[in-house]
Amino acid sequence: MSEVTGGVEMEEETGGTVKKFMFVNRKAPYGTIYALEALEVVLISAAFDQDVSLVFLDDGVYQLKKGQHTKAVDMKNFSPTYRALEGYDIDKLYVEKESLEQRGLTPDDLVVDVQVLSADEISKLMAEQDVVLSF
Amino acid sequence: MGTIEVNGKVLETDEEGYLQNLSDWSPEVAEYMAKQDGLELTENHWEVINFLREYYEEYQIAPAVRVLTKAIGKKLGPDKGNSKYLYELFPYGPAKQACKYAGLPKPTGCV
Repeated sequence: MSEVTGGVEMEEETGGTVKKFMFVNRKAPYGTIYALEALEVVLISAAFDQDVSLVFLDDGVYQLKKGQHTKAVDMKNFSPTYRALEGYDIDKLYVEKESLEQRGLTPDDLVVDVQVLSADEISKLMAEQDVVLSF
Repeated sequence: MGTIEVNGKVLETDEEGYLQNLSDWSPEVAEYMAKQDGLELTENHWEVINFLREYYEEYQIAPAVRVLTKAIGKKLGPDKGNSKYLYELFPYGPAKQACKYAGLPKPTGCV
């Protein structure tokens, strides 16, 4: 299975222990590289059998918006890739309620099934993590 | 960066031989790449290659080998959804090699 290991060192370091990794997505999907880079890191992290969760807040909620048409900005529409996360055993997707509401969105507007949590609930979850990576 | 010539057409590849442009792909490209590796593509190979193309079409990524193995098992049965079977078909690694033949980029997370 050498194909999927992106960093042998990391495996040795963790020595089979599972840590809680949370990836926090705060930025709009296009205009910066953050959203796409975060998604790549998440996909790679799946190879290490860690406890991975994703949070979408602020403009980050737009990453999951249905019906993205990216031709005009000359970027690949990578929103379908969020639907592949389930196959990578990443099924903890949290969206902040306030961010969603401020943008007039509901879970029905999103490409994947998510858990909608309040800012307070998300902050509690963050406190439980071993590693929080913000993009 | 390199090029391959298939059916009189010159196609761009990256340094590892993956197609630069997805739209350049045709079944002949897969046949050509396999031949370079000394491999004859059988129906079993095509099953995996076609699966990968469908997966890419749907999710816009090439799956990691673990994900591919699981998904193949789901679709084609447990006798095909295992590493042994897939490595026999694609000795250079089912995800890497089959993705290459399928005209997809190298799977994310592959070294």
